[in-house]
Amino acid sequence: MSTAYEPVIGLEIHVQLKTRTKMFCGCELSFGDPPNVHTCPVCLGLPGALPAVNARAIHYGLMIGLALGSELAPRSVFHRKNYFYPDLPKGYQISQYDLPLCRGGRLGDVRIHRVHLEEDAAKLVHVGESGRIHGSDASIVDFNRGGTPLAEIVTEPDIRSAEQARDWLQLLRVTLRQLGVSDVNMEEGSLRCDANISIRPAGSDELGTKTELKNMNSFRFIEQGIKAEIERQEALLRAGEPVVQETLHFDPRTGRITSLRSKEEAHDYRYFPEPDLVPIDITDEMLEAARAEVPELPAERQERYRTQLGLNEDSAKLLADRVELAEYFESVLAVNGSEPQAVANWVTELAARLDEGDPAASKVEPGALAALVGLLSDKAITVGAARQVLDRLVAEGGDPKAIVEAEGLGAIGGGEELAGLVAEAIAANADAAEKIKAGNMKAIGPIIGHVMKATKGRADGGEVTRLVREQLGL
Amino acid sequence: MIDREQVLHVARLARLQLTDDEVERMAGELSAILAHVERIGELDLEGVEPTSHVVEVSNALRPDEPRPSLPREVALANAPDTDGEGFLVPSPQA
Repeated sequence: MSTAYEPVIGLEIHVQLKTRTKMFCGCELSFGDPPNVHTCPVCLGLPGALPAVNARAIHYGLMIGLALGSELAPRSVFHRKNYFYPDLPKGYQISQYDLPLCRGGRLGDVRIHRVHLEEDAAKLVHVGESGRIHGSDASIVDFNRGGTPLAEIVTEPDIRSAEQARDWLQLLRVTLRQLGVSDVNMEEGSLRCDANISIRPAGSDELGTKTELKNMNSFRFIEQGIKAEIERQEALLRAGEPVVQETLHFDPRTGRITSLRSKEEAHDYRYFPEPDLVPIDITDEMLEAARAEVPELPAERQERYRTQLGLNEDSAKLLADRVELAEYFESVLAVNGSEPQAVANWVTELAARLDEGDPAASKVEPGALAALVGLLSDKAITVGAARQVLDRLVAEGGDPKAIVEAEGLGAIGGGEELAGLVAEAIAANADAAEKIKAGNMKAIGPIIGHVMKATKGRADGGEVTRLVREQLGL
Repeated sequence: MIDREQVLHVARLARLQLTDDEVERMAGELSAILAHVERIGELDLEGVEPTSHVVEVSNALRPDEPRPSLPREVALANAPDTDGEGFLVPSPQA
């Protein structure tokens, strides 16, 4: 029998903060501008230039810490992390070491280890990739990005599968987006994720040797990359070979994992306190300002919708993940006492018709959607008719009741009319009627179809079924 | 004390190329510096916070307001090589 292995995964997420200016200088942040138009002596690392901390970056860092339930450091200090690379003009990155802004916390089922602030590196374009200088092995450095404020969020190794890693990262993304501290766009690099991965025999408490999988730039690649690395490690262990601690790169085109740095160049960053920056002491005033800007976050909102409003899990998650849907949902609920799940279902229907659009900006007034749900719960219209009304509301706006009357979409309830139509349908589908009498209720399809065609979908399916049974003496 | 290997390690991290004579000299000088600093260990520092600044100042923050950046030609003026838009450097992947 072969050993079952359990993956142990922790994530390191870099988030570019949506400030106007860089972490330590007044150069504007930009994405997509021509190269090297947002630089100054500070972010070019020119001799004698002095950094100054962006107050808004600290504010955003505190908001993230509050949203993750972290302990916020009363005193936090910047350090120099020393290494040489062409995207780092000073020869060191200003980061945080033993006194980060936030420690601990939790989001969903994953604990947070720490959150610290640092500066982003510049962008390196390898000429081979850009094709601009033929046959050269030079690289081009664009310092526009250099010095962009980053929050690095490090989790505890609480993740046990590639799918869980992807789902959790999506939760983190919607949380940060609703906080408004970042664009959190993986393609543009404002959300970047590395994964530390090890495996161990299931049930073991010991940790295996971990590898670090770098910079996977989509949710799909994160899932694929982690999966591939887990499989690679399993194959090694089953073959009796050790996992080597190293930094790896996942190539989504080939699905292959390659080593990024040789291990002789072991990280030795020689951190020391940044002498050009004084410590950050978090004041009550700073904390209050951050707290005031933290909205209700997706996890809390989802929980409230489930427990207090009785929504099912899918609806609660859908609404909570998109704050514009949640706000619209709540404004519809506020109109009258409609049943929350019914309202949620129709907000979902509406959202599907608006693509990614905000329902508050659509022609469908919250009052109109509330009225539509009301007509439906009063059985004044069928679900099919309600969908037609919604289509009209999306296209033109207006009042559902007026649309129902103008279009003759009112439900044909019990009464003579429907009974007559059912009798006709049974007569026209004698075969089906026989089958139903013989106990095959599935044969009712053509009869209901007949009635729906005759009523243009205005008959209530449940009522038709009841009438069919009644008329067939069942 | 600091031996040859440690000097070579630190030199490699700092991208310094030292002659054999320099390695010997550095080993001696660095050892002397550490010995000097170690004298602090003779003091009773119970309850004294590590000092990274000599002035008690904190929260020297800057408002998040843009300031003018350098014109690109000025930023690139001292670059050893450029393509007119960016700094050209030897490829770190080569």
